[in-house]
Amino acid sequence: MRHIISLLLENESGALSRAANLFSARGYNIEALSVAPTNDDSVSRMTLVTSGTDDVIEQITKQLNKLVDVIRLVDLTESSHIEREMMLLKVKLPDSNAAAHLAQLTKIFRGTIIDASGSTYTVEVTGNGKKLDAFLDNMSANEIVEVVRSGPLGIGRGERALHI
Amino acid sequence: MQLSGGDILVQCLKAEGVELVFGYPGGSVLHIYDAFFKQQDENLRHILVRHEQGATHAADGYARATGKPGVVLVTSGPGATNAVTGIATAHMDSIPLVVITGQVPSPVIGSDAFQEVDATGITRPCCKHNFLVKRPEDIALTIKKAFYLATTGRPGPVVIDITKDATDPKVLVEFEYPKTIELRSYKPPEAGHSGQIQKALDLLVNAKRPMVYTGGGVILGNGSEELTKLVRNLGYPITSTLMGLGAYPGSDRQFLGMLGMHGTYESNMAMHECDALLAIGARFDDRVTGTIPEFCPYAKIVHIDIDPSSISKNVRVDVPIVGNVKSVLTEMLKLLPKTSKKIDKKSLDNWWQQIEEWRKVDCLRYDRNSDKIKPQYVIETLQGLLTDEAYITSDVGQHQMWAAQYYKFNKPNHWINSGGLGTMGFGMPAALGVKLAKPEDEVICITGEASIQMCIQELSTATQYRLPIKVVNLNNGYMGMVRQWQEFFYEGRYAMSYFDALPDFVKLAEAYGHIGMRIEKSADVEGALKEALAHKDRLVFMDFMTDPAANVYPMIMAGKGHNEMHLAPADRELA
Ligand SMILES: Cc1cc2nc3c(=O)[nH]c(=O)nc-3n(C[C@H](O)[C@H](O)[C@H](O)COP(=O)(O)OP(=O)(O)OC[C@H]3O[C@@H](n4cnc5c(N)ncnc54)[C@H](O)[C@@H]3O)c2cc1C
Ligand SMILES: Cc1ncc(C[n+]2csc(CCOP(=O)(O)OP(=O)(O)O)c2C)c(N)n1
Ligand SMILES: [Mg+2]
Repeated sequence: MRHIISLLLENESGALSRAANLFSARGYNIEALSVAPTNDDSVSRMTLVTSGTDDVIEQITKQLNKLVDVIRLVDLTESSHIEREMMLLKVKLPDSNAAAHLAQLTKIFRGTIIDASGSTYTVEVTGNGKKLDAFLDNMSANEIVEVVRSGPLGIGRGERALHI
Repeated sequence: MQLSGGDILVQCLKAEGVELVFGYPGGSVLHIYDAFFKQQDENLRHILVRHEQGATHAADGYARATGKPGVVLVTSGPGATNAVTGIATAHMDSIPLVVITGQVPSPVIGSDAFQEVDATGITRPCCKHNFLVKRPEDIALTIKKAFYLATTGRPGPVVIDITKDATDPKVLVEFEYPKTIELRSYKPPEAGHSGQIQKALDLLVNAKRPMVYTGGGVILGNGSEELTKLVRNLGYPITSTLMGLGAYPGSDRQFLGMLGMHGTYESNMAMHECDALLAIGARFDDRVTGTIPEFCPYAKIVHIDIDPSSISKNVRVDVPIVGNVKSVLTEMLKLLPKTSKKIDKKSLDNWWQQIEEWRKVDCLRYDRNSDKIKPQYVIETLQGLLTDEAYITSDVGQHQMWAAQYYKFNKPNHWINSGGLGTMGFGMPAALGVKLAKPEDEVICITGEASIQMCIQELSTATQYRLPIKVVNLNNGYMGMVRQWQEFFYEGRYAMSYFDALPDFVKLAEAYGHIGMRIEKSADVEGALKEALAHKDRLVFMDFMTDPAANVYPMIMAGKGHNEMHLAPADRELA
């Protein structure tokens, strides 16, 4: 099963690679990973998406927790949570019909066209992964120049929070 | 107080009560060595090894014998890479080390500078934690953290990579050694959950065929006394992993011997048939479990371990208890008399009767009347000449298994070997570390002609520091353990496991300034050992020409369960 795990890490050199290395060293799947600082300078937050049987996921969370740099960890999949991913998409369109189609699609998906230059357009779309996939499915492969996805970010619903 | 980084480092080691540093100098650590030179006193000695691998193994041996962290100091680049095998060895067996590696000056990091390697990158997957220190101001706190991390929770090696400019004698910074340390991201567990402990006791007391299986964690957590009390109070049979030998007295009737691939018949059979298993500080290693679906098929399992990730990693358990072995066992001892249900004497007697039947198989029998030197005989004879105070180290191979099977370890911390990584070359430098810690006690290294050559250069360290260990080389002319597998699984095609050339170990020992002995007849074994042990102040290298055909039995083959052991066949010649 797919799991989305969030961790708070000490903002130290090596912390990121320690967590990331674990996955290759122990043969765990890793589908996406993102890290950035938080409002507290000394802490960064990592979100990772992995998959495996319950036993494997249990080991993954235990092994991550064991890392000296990991302050706190939550498997968001265990309860209700919100997931968002951002995609930046660059396309090169053959004609104005295609451009109109892009504008319409972007509207439906509540995205924004953030750059245009000649027949090249850049679109920003945010949502869960499936929504971004669906957007891409609507574009033809030879129009797509570049796809940049942030990987999912997640946060628990309601009062549940991951903080120090 | 204003001090340079190098001086601070030495002060910190003193503040931690470090007595011995095992190391080897080089460009990046010269400032530190200079600080050492100026500050060295009888409380803090530096031991100069002959290879950085030797330094880590010696520090590791010291740590295993004393329970205190071993300290290593090596230079950048090749110094650090040479130390890696020893760091990984300690990591696999959860041994506390603090390894200080020099690094090139911080401004040139990343420029492929002379003798630069990414030491924190290389060691990250094989140590408990590591640090890169680039400023003298950070040295004291980092060292405090390193000792704390290495010795608490599940112990392990911690590496500190220090850039050369951080120890510059011209840069002075304020120094104060932190008295205490707390890390918000690291909280080692101590007491176990009392509800779980009670649940475990209920399960154990209700069992008809109970079994106790203990590992290195009991020794690491200093829980031997509590374990012995608990097991005696319960009257249950007990087995141990390779790493746990000595935590419970090996000559006690309740002890069934080691379990696992080369464990005894009675231990493995009792594991297979038991209906309740108490696992303590053991990690269900593949050498121990055999094939997982066949592991303890009838048992409910209780597991005490300080590391949650050891629990239900390979085998799912029924009652997990996360905590320090000493405090959990103390709590168990307290709760046991208050447990409402009492142990069913009759079932326990029946269980012991069954175990005694298994014991009668006498799975460790071998031909004691052979005129060939049987390696097992050397070990039994050796034990007969020593007290329980003697420390035994070993290398890796058949000789290691025979030592584990035939030597009855009655005290914790006295059996010192590389189990998890299985590092050939470990035994002799480890023995030097032990001897430095225990100068009054006999220290014996049981080794093979292949293993001993992997760190043979440390014989010179032994000369320099006058370390009169005894080396028992069980010389079968083969990488015996490899040859055994080739005999069983490759139809006797002995690819690269035979040595067409071996040194004259007697002359080699003499060249290093030691005493060498060659023993070729079974009848001479006891006399030779006595003679060697009589040389109280000399290192004696005993080269025993042992039966090359000897194999380690019992053996569980890959994919088999505990009840499918192979026992020793009748004696034979090697084809
Ligand atoms: C050639 C060869 C053959 C081998 N054959 C065998 C064999 O037949 N049988 C065998 O048993 N082994 C064998 N081994 C060794 C094997 O590879 C493992 O090293 C060994 O089985 C692991 O022992 P352990 O489970 O006691 O774990 P250790 O590595 O000693 O781990 C200790 C466990 O205790 C926990 N712990 C640490 N401190 C504490 C504390 N304070 N409180 C509570 N828990 C704590 C740790 O978290 C860990 O889970 C062999 C090795 C070699 C090289
Ligand atoms: C550094 C290292 N290389 C290779 C091995 C694989 N290996 C395990 S046992 C063994 C043979 C050991 O031979 P020896 O020291 O003579 O001991 P014996 O088995 O003959 O008693 C080898 C090569 C190892 N464990 N460690
Ligand atoms: Mg050999």
